[in-house]
Amino acid sequence: MLRYLVRRLAQVIPTLLGVAVVTFFMLRIVPGDIVEVKLRGDGGNVSQAQIEVERKRLGLDQPLPVQFASWMAGLVTLDLGKSMWTGNGVAEEIGLRLELSLQVAVMATMIAILIAVPLGTLSALFMGTWIDYAIRMVTIAGLAVPSFWLGMLVILGLLYLFNWLPPITFTSFYKDPIANLSQLIWPALAVGYRYAAVVARMIRSSIIEVLKEDYIRTARAKGLQERLVVMRHAMRNALLPAITVIGLEFAFLIGGLVVTEQVFNLNGIGRLFVQAIGRNDFTLIQGIVMTIAVTFIFTNLVVDLLYAALDPRIRYR
Amino acid sequence: MTPVGPATMPRRGPLVQFARAQPLGVVALLVILAMAFAGIFAELVAPLDPLDIDFAAMLGAPSATHWAGTDAFGRDILSRLIYGARTALSIGFLSSMVGCTLGAAIGVASAYFGGRIDDVIQRITDILLSFPIVVLALVVVAMLGRKLVLGIDLNLIVAIAIPIVPKVIRVVRAAALTVREMPYVDAARAGGFSHARIIFRHMAPNVAAPYLIMLTAYIAQAILLEASLSFLGLGVAEPTPSWGLMLAGNASDFYREAPWMILFPGFAISLAVFAFNLFGDSLRDWLDPKLRT
Amino acid sequence: MKFARFLAVAVGLALVAPAGAQTPKRGGLFNFAITAETPTYDCHGTDTFAAIHFLAPFYSTLLQFDLDNFPAVKGDLAESWQVSADQLTYSFKLRPDIAFHDGSKLNSADVKATYERMRQPPQGVVSARQATFADIDAIETPDAQTVIFELKAVNAAMLEHFASPWNCIYSAAKLAEDPSFPSKTILGSGPFRFTEHVRGSHVSGVRFERYFRAGLPYLDGFKGVFMLQPAAMLNALQGGQVLAEFRTVSPAERDRLRQTMNDRIRLEERSWTLNLMVVFNTEKKPFDDVRVRQALNLAIDRWGGSQGLSRASVLRDVGGAVRPGSPFAIDPMELEKFPGFGRDIRAARAEAQRLLREAGVGNLSFKLLNRTIAQPYTPAGIFLVDAWRQIGVTVEHQQQETSPYLAAMGSGNFDIAVDFSNLFMDEPSLGLAKYLSFDLAPDNRSRAIDRELDGLFARQQRERDVPARMALIRQFEARALTQAYQVPLLWWHRIVATHSVVKGWRMSPSHNLGQDLAEIWLDQ
Repeated sequence: MLRYLVRRLAQVIPTLLGVAVVTFFMLRIVPGDIVEVKLRGDGGNVSQAQIEVERKRLGLDQPLPVQFASWMAGLVTLDLGKSMWTGNGVAEEIGLRLELSLQVAVMATMIAILIAVPLGTLSALFMGTWIDYAIRMVTIAGLAVPSFWLGMLVILGLLYLFNWLPPITFTSFYKDPIANLSQLIWPALAVGYRYAAVVARMIRSSIIEVLKEDYIRTARAKGLQERLVVMRHAMRNALLPAITVIGLEFAFLIGGLVVTEQVFNLNGIGRLFVQAIGRNDFTLIQGIVMTIAVTFIFTNLVVDLLYAALDPRIRYR
Repeated sequence: MTPVGPATMPRRGPLVQFARAQPLGVVALLVILAMAFAGIFAELVAPLDPLDIDFAAMLGAPSATHWAGTDAFGRDILSRLIYGARTALSIGFLSSMVGCTLGAAIGVASAYFGGRIDDVIQRITDILLSFPIVVLALVVVAMLGRKLVLGIDLNLIVAIAIPIVPKVIRVVRAAALTVREMPYVDAARAGGFSHARIIFRHMAPNVAAPYLIMLTAYIAQAILLEASLSFLGLGVAEPTPSWGLMLAGNASDFYREAPWMILFPGFAISLAVFAFNLFGDSLRDWLDPKLRT
Repeated sequence: MKFARFLAVAVGLALVAPAGAQTPKRGGLFNFAITAETPTYDCHGTDTFAAIHFLAPFYSTLLQFDLDNFPAVKGDLAESWQVSADQLTYSFKLRPDIAFHDGSKLNSADVKATYERMRQPPQGVVSARQATFADIDAIETPDAQTVIFELKAVNAAMLEHFASPWNCIYSAAKLAEDPSFPSKTILGSGPFRFTEHVRGSHVSGVRFERYFRAGLPYLDGFKGVFMLQPAAMLNALQGGQVLAEFRTVSPAERDRLRQTMNDRIRLEERSWTLNLMVVFNTEKKPFDDVRVRQALNLAIDRWGGSQGLSRASVLRDVGGAVRPGSPFAIDPMELEKFPGFGRDIRAARAEAQRLLREAGVGNLSFKLLNRTIAQPYTPAGIFLVDAWRQIGVTVEHQQQETSPYLAAMGSGNFDIAVDFSNLFMDEPSLGLAKYLSFDLAPDNRSRAIDRELDGLFARQQRERDVPARMALIRQFEARALTQAYQVPLLWWHRIVATHSVVKGWRMSPSHNLGQDLAEIWLDQ
C-alpha cells in the first residue's frame, strides 16, 4: 500500500509542474491588461505616463521569462503573489472565499449522496419496472437541467411565493449556523441535484453489473436471503466506481460553482474567478486555477488511494 | 437481443434494430432531428425575425402573433428560441466533433506508437485533466476573445472543444490499446503495411463505438457549456440568439410580468441536453453488448 | 387668557408646520447595496462611483455641493471662503476643532498636503486629478485655520472642483510618513469611522462621535453590501435585505418595485450627468470621411428610439454635448437642426443612404465595439445595430469585457465604438474636454485633430461673461456635432430606489454626490 502511495505521489509532481507552466503561459496571450481597467475603468483622465508607472509597479513591464521565474519561485514558497486589481495577497483573497465555496461543495455532496444512494439502488433492484423508469427520468432530467437556471427558479420561487430571500452576506457556520444554512442550502440544492443524478446513474449501472456476476448467483443458489446478498456483496463492489465518480464530481463542483455563485450572489471562489478573468488579473487567475487544479489532483489521489484500499487488485497493477 | 439464425431471416438494418431495442432512444433521436431541422431551416421555420426590435410590443404575453411572447426589446421569443437552436446545436455539434475527433486521433496515435510519444501525450493529458471543464473553457475564452466567421464564434468552439480532448484521449487510447496487443497487428507490421493503413483498417473500427457514444454525450455537455458561458456573458454575444444569453441580462427582472422570458429558454436547454443524453444512453446500451462479444 | 393664546399659537403652528417635517430619529444600522467594489482606498487615484459609495462616509472635502440648490456649493471642512475679484485667489477658513478618526486634529497643513499630492503626486502615487489642478500655482497656509490657493489662470470651475467628492482630505502627518498610505488604510474626518471591509462581501462603518457637525450622523452605523448582479440587487431591495441602492435602477425594475412594494419603496428620478456616445475611429477608412460619419449618425433615430429605450434601459434624453436641462444646454429646437438629431427619421435615413453612395461606400460593413455591461450598454448596442441595418449597413456587435475594451479603445483598434462620458457636475469644461484634439485629450477615442475646436474650448474656459461663454459653447457644439468625430447617443436617466423608511438623502444629477450618509436617518 505504501509503495502504491509513493508511486502515485511521484506521478503527481510533474503534473503539478506542468499545470503551473500551462496556467502561466495560457494567460499571457491575452490582449489588454489590468492597469487600463483599474485607472480608466469609469471614464477617467489618467495620462499614459501614469499607466506606465502602475504597470511598472506590478511588474508587467518585465520580460516574460522573468515574470515566470518569479511566479515559480513564489509557488515553491506557497506565495501566490498579489492580486493586480486590489494589491492584496492572492492567497488572502482566495482564503477569504474558500470557506464558502467549500461548504457549498460539501453540502452539495452530502445532499447528492443522500439522494443518489437510495434512488440508484432502488432503480437497480427494480430494473425494468416503472420505478426504474421513473427514477431514470428524474436522473436524466437532473443532468439536463442547467444548475444556474434551477438556481434562478429557486430564488424567484422563494420571492414570489414567500416574499423571502436568503441572507445576502456570509456568516460562518460556527458563528451562526441558522443564518449560514439558510443562505447556503439553496445553492447546495441547485448544484446537488445534478450531482445526485450523476452518482445515482453510476450506482445503478454499477449494481446492475455486479448483480450479474457469478458470485452473486452462487450466493443466491446457496440460499442466503436476498437482502443479505444485496447488502454485503453487491453494495461493496458497486460502491467502488461510485466513489470514483463522487470524487471526480466533487472537484468539478468547485469549478461548476462559477455559474451558480453568480446567480445566488455568493462571495465564493467561482465568482472571484469570473471577476478576475474580466479584469485580466493575471496573478489572481493563476492563483485560483492552480488552487483548483491542485484540489482536483489531490482529490483524485485520495479517491485512488481509497479505491486501492478497498480493492486490493488495484495495488498490484 | 442477438440477431436470429443465419439464413432464415433477412438482416434488418441497424436503424430498425435500434428502434426495436431502444424505443426511448428513438424518441430522443426524433427530438434531436426536430431541433436540428428547426435550427438548419430557421429562416423558414421561425415566424418572425429574431433581431427585430419592436418596443411597442415589449414584454408581451404569448399570443397569436407571438406564440412564446416577447422580450424586453419586443423581439419574438419563439423565433429567438428557434435560432437559438441553431446556435446551440451548431456550437454543440462542432465543438464535440472537433474535440472528439482530435481526441480520438491523438488517442489512437498514442496507443499505436507507444513509447516516448505515448508518455509525453499522457503527461499532457494528465495536466489538462487537472482543470475542471468550466475553468479551462473560461480561461481559453479569456485568452482568445471572440472571432466570428460566417456568424459562428470559432473561438468559443475551440474553448469548448479543448476540455473534451483529454477525456476522449483517455477512453480511445484504452480501447485502441486492446487492439494493439492483437497478433494480426504485428503480422500487418511485419507485412510492411503502412502505419496509416493499420490504424484505419484495424484500430479504428474498435474505437468507433466509444467514439460515437462520446460524440453524442459531449454534444450534450457542449450545449450546456455554451449556455453557461453565454449566461456569464463570455460566450455568444447580443444580439445573436442563444438560449443561455436569453437567460442572462434582465430576464429575471421581469419574472412577474413576463415569466416566459425565463421559462422557455431554460426548457429549451433542458430538452436538448435531455434528448442528447437519452440518445447517448440508448446508443451505449445498444452498442455495448455488441462490443463485448 | 394667556394660556388660550398660547394654545391657539401652538395649534396654529402645528397646522401650519409642513406635512412630513419630522425630527430625525437617531440610531439604527443602515444596509445598502453597492453595485461595484473598489480595488483601492485612495480617492485621489480613481474616478469610479464604486470608490465614492465606499469611501465618502469616511472622508471630508473642503467644499461640498449643496444638493438642495444644485449646482451651488457649500462648505464641508471650510466654514467660509472668499474668491478674489480677479478670480485668481481662493481663500478658505476652516472650521476649528475638526478631528481625524484617530483623534488627531485636522488643520490647514492637512489640506495643503492633500492638494499638493493631487497636483504633483510623488513617486509611486497615481493621481487622477493632476490635470484638474494644473492651474494651481501655489498653496499657502498663513495659519492653522486658513488655506489660500493661488491660480495661474482663471478657471471658472475651480470652486466646483474643490467640492468634488474625490478630493478627500488626508492627514499630512501620515502622508509624510508614507505617500501611498491612503491606498491601504482609511483614516478620514468624515461622519463614520471605518470598521471592516470583507472583500467581495461588504464594507461597514460606525458613527464617529467626534464628527465636527454636532448631532450628526443620525445613524449608528452602516453596511454597504457589494451586489454586482442587478438581479440579485433588485431581489435584495424587494426582500428588504438592503434598504437602498444609490446608483440607479432601470425603468422596468422601477415598475417591478412599485408593483410589489407599493408605498414601501420611494423612487426618485432625475436626468443624469452621464451619456453614451458613438465614436468613429477617424484613423480608419472610411470613417475619416465626414459624409460617412454623418450618414451613420443620421441613421440613428434618437427621438423615436428614446421612447422605447427609455422603457427598457436608463437611456432617455436626447441632448447635445452638454446635459439637456443644465444651464449651458442647447435649446431642443436648435438641436434638431444637427444631423442625427432631427425628428423626421425617414428623411434622415434617405439622406444617409444618399451620403453613403456619394462617398462611394456601397456595402458598408464593420464591427461595433461595446462593453459587456447589461445596463445600458447592451441595449444601446442592439439599438445601434438595428438602426444601421435600416440603411443597409451590416454591423457585427462585439462586446468586450472592460479590460480588452479599454485596450482596444486606447490603441485605436476598433471601427466604431460605444463610449461613455461620466461627469459629476455640469461644468462644460469637464464635459467638452472629451471633444478636444487627440493630442490634448487622450480620452478622445476618435483620435481626431481639430484645432478649431481646441481654440473655441480654450476661449470658453477663460471667459467670465456668461452669455459670451454660452455663445462660444454653442459654436463649439455646432462644429463638434457637424463634424461628428464622436457624437452623443442619449443621456441617461437616473432612478434611485430607497425604502420609505430611509430619510434625509438628497437626489442629484450625479450618482457621485451626497453619499457621505451624514444626514440619513431611519424612520423605524
